[in-house]
Amino acid sequence: MAKADQRGKSRQRRERAIRFGFFSIALASIMTLTLIVVFLFMEGLPILSKVSVKDFLFGHYWYPTDDPPDFGIFPLIVASIAVTVVSSLMSIPLGIMTAIYLAEVASFRVREWVKPIVELLAVLPSVVIGFFGMVIVAPFLQSVFDIPTGLNLFNASLMLAFMSVPTICTLSEDAIFSVPKELKEASLALGATHWETIARVVVPASLSGICTAVILGMSRAIGETMVVLMVAGGAGLVPHSLFDPVRPMPASIAAEMAEAPFRSDHYYALFATGIVLFAFTLLFNLVADHVAHRYKQVGAATL
Amino acid sequence: MNESSVAHVDCGATAFPESEKAHKEKRIAPGIRAHRRLFQSFVFWFFRLSAAVNGIALLIIVYFLVARGWRAINWTFLTQPPLEAMTKGGILPCIVGTLCLSIGALLVALPIGVASAIYLHEYAHPGRLLRLIRLGINNLAGVPSVIFGLFGLAFFVVWLDFGVSILSGALTLGAMTLPVIIGASEEALRSVPDTYREASLGLGATKWQTIYRVVLPAALPGILTGAILGLSRAAGETAPIMFTAAVFYSPSLPSSLFDEIMALPYHIYVLATAGTEIEATRHLQYGTALVLIVLVLGLNLVAIFYRARLRRRM
Repeated sequence: MAKADQRGKSRQRRERAIRFGFFSIALASIMTLTLIVVFLFMEGLPILSKVSVKDFLFGHYWYPTDDPPDFGIFPLIVASIAVTVVSSLMSIPLGIMTAIYLAEVASFRVREWVKPIVELLAVLPSVVIGFFGMVIVAPFLQSVFDIPTGLNLFNASLMLAFMSVPTICTLSEDAIFSVPKELKEASLALGATHWETIARVVVPASLSGICTAVILGMSRAIGETMVVLMVAGGAGLVPHSLFDPVRPMPASIAAEMAEAPFRSDHYYALFATGIVLFAFTLLFNLVADHVAHRYKQVGAATL
Repeated sequence: MNESSVAHVDCGATAFPESEKAHKEKRIAPGIRAHRRLFQSFVFWFFRLSAAVNGIALLIIVYFLVARGWRAINWTFLTQPPLEAMTKGGILPCIVGTLCLSIGALLVALPIGVASAIYLHEYAHPGRLLRLIRLGINNLAGVPSVIFGLFGLAFFVVWLDFGVSILSGALTLGAMTLPVIIGASEEALRSVPDTYREASLGLGATKWQTIYRVVLPAALPGILTGAILGLSRAAGETAPIMFTAAVFYSPSLPSSLFDEIMALPYHIYVLATAGTEIEATRHLQYGTALVLIVLVLGLNLVAIFYRARLRRRM
């Protein structure tokens, strides 16, 4: 009896140890995230001994290799926001309409085919999309619009749009799909057409999920590197037209890090740019998370 | 689900009993209903169009890469290192490098990812701690790839002094793939019916025995699908390896974990932007891009079909 008791106890102890082991491993993601923040700040903050926060964020000139160098990332921030906004103007309607099509309109058979296509669009490597934008889309734009260079804000936004459509589409579709059937049936029974049901019942009911999808799609666009590095044109100026070449933050970091001498001011400035970029995406993700939890749709009762 | 909702529309629109329909049309001006249905079909065509745009975009990209890239691909291209300042020869070191990096990343991310998913789905209770861990995972998934590159450079390359190497690159890519693996593994665990667990616990097995002997084997196919997706994601990424593992050119294949290497995505980038003979190496660029998407899309197609078969069996 005592023996069995002891065996039970040791079994329990082992179970608790295993549980603790899994718990510690589950913390790996948070730890990685923390390390990312720590090292970004460690390598980025020293630049503030050379320029003030205000001059860094709002300085209009980014000439890090000049003598004396200028470390103003305002044009880079504006460029990042510009490509994100312009690409969203394309990707949000396209993504949401595709999501509605998949969740509500398409027959089962069509859906089985279209869904993998959207998923495959999501996994195209960014460098391939950038390459495509460079060698196919850029010459095309140049000849059609008669502009000096095809590598510009518009081209980059177009390519980014196709990278964020899958994110927006997949997440919105999940949200639309999870709208309780009773709501739709009630609306249809009242005589509304299928479209009226979608517009007045289904979409409003899944709005929080769609918002989350849109925010995450924008977050993907602002952080995307290879596309803007290869396609945006690389001029560190505040853009005045849709066809101006620009240099968003990720492009600047990726292009210059290889040339920046180790632990020089330029190197620190690039890490500090990384902090700003990280802050943007963190903000997007936290807002998305907040929207998803705050306005979570739990059955029909919360409507 | 879809078919049923479509069927409901038809009920609402056409299959009204005659008397009720007449009654309705007396009250609403005639033609309005037809107008509404016309509008609906107009809007639905718009939806179809936007879905088609996605397919067309994918087709155009794949078409151009295949049409212009397949000529570059032959046995020499796949089995030779680059020659004459990268204007001729093949891409063998890049293929090997990409395989090393993505498999390395998977070796890092798979055990940690599966274990995290087991904790999240099998052990954790809802509460603030769980919410915090999930927040961490979601935010890690949203970190831009170039930030992973900076992190890898500062942490693995410099601080841990691994140098620009396969090890640094694989660890960086592993950190980036972690959320993908966790997500896929959790979904796989969720698809295992609770009755399995209850049966095992009812027979006197402990929680761990249940997970190890019952839940994991049942979830294994789903986890493998996730692993394939993670592998393809790691294979296609450029920015995280730019400062941590990849080099323009290395004459020999890697012999240790601390060697720097060439990789397919970085090779495309270098040839397309930084070479002195950008136009002359166009066919090599197309060829390399084609090899990369065949690798990535191939892995994904395998995962998609595998998953579709799994779902049908469930």
